[in-house]
Amino acid sequence: MTPAAMVLDRVTRVPGVRGALLASAEDGLVVAEQLMDGVDGRAAAALTGALVGRLLRTAGAAGLEPPQFVHLRADGGSLLAAPAADGLVLIAVAGPEANIGLARLELLDAAGQLG
Amino acid sequence: MSDEIRALTARLAEEPTSLAFLELGEALRWRGQYEAAAKVARGGLSRYPGLADAHDLVARILSDQGDLAGAFDAWADALRLDPMRTSALKGLAFLYFRAGDPAAALEHLQRAAEVDPDDRSIPAAIARIRGESAPAAAAPGPLPTPPPAMSVPPDSPFARLSEGEYGLLLVDADGLRLGGQLPTPDGGEAGDRVAAELAGVAREASRATRLLGLGSWDSIAMETPGAFLVLVPPSPETVLLAARDPSTPMARLGLLAERAARAARAWLEGTA
Repeated sequence: MTPAAMVLDRVTRVPGVRGALLASAEDGLVVAEQLMDGVDGRAAAALTGALVGRLLRTAGAAGLEPPQFVHLRADGGSLLAAPAADGLVLIAVAGPEANIGLARLELLDAAGQLG
Repeated sequence: MSDEIRALTARLAEEPTSLAFLELGEALRWRGQYEAAAKVARGGLSRYPGLADAHDLVARILSDQGDLAGAFDAWADALRLDPMRTSALKGLAFLYFRAGDPAAALEHLQRAAEVDPDDRSIPAAIARIRGESAPAAAAPGPLPTPPPAMSVPPDSPFARLSEGEYGLLLVDADGLRLGGQLPTPDGGEAGDRVAAELAGVAREASRATRLLGLGSWDSIAMETPGAFLVLVPPSPETVLLAARDPSTPMARLGLLAERAARAARAWLEGTA
């Protein structure tokens, strides 16, 4: 199992997480993914990449360093993102029942390992 | 009832003479349950009339409720019991400023600065009262701790919030600031620059959640080394940003953002 596959495996073991993927933050290309049926990895990567890019600019405008973790919460679930090294971003798609606290810790740890 | 409040209530029921009332009162206050918070705080104060923390808690709750005279008395009592208490000095400074006495406000803030020279919110508040910029820090660090709600314009969307508008920003669909102030780690203000970016964030969030079948977005939490930020949409056409230094737990910042969004909604409905 590759290092990327190992970290994705850890993230997807969190209850309620429907999938995880590693993508290029700049162009949204998927590097590795581990997704349940029905989760569109390419769309998740592209959309999250665009959002994280915008948040990077927002943080810069506020005089802050780039975000380490982003949690987009919606009424049907959550999108979690943790920027990693080399312009990559680790993304998780979670259902409304997910343990977000645990998923956050796993994502941050995994992003650190990838660095 | 949240788990935290349930646990604190149980602890206080088991040990009515404990100091758990301080945490419970503050937790209720953070949730906007001022009547319940006041009841808990006054109960504790009756058992510990010599405890400055109890007077301080009562003052914060009364300030939230708009009873500024009551808050003044409570902070004065806290200061009498603990003359080095910076929260009471800052609270009184806020009340003096609200009452149109900036000289007295400055005097209290200067005393607070002498007691706690590391509290970066105090020089920022002094600078704001003097109409100056806060001195720049040598290197970017965390966001300054918010001062008491000082010099909030009466027409601000956040005029009724005890926290004031510091670290809160309400932005319209065109990326223009409707109200609030956003400090930067170096003591500057970035409201307009950040507002311009936020319009795009709302669009990206809506697109992402819709296309991924997650429904409507209701918040974005963002952790940076120097600050935590929470974004919420008070209305379909606006975005609210709440920012605090990372010592504020993210979940608590989320509650503040929700309260600020309620205030913004009421303001928007009133100005429509």
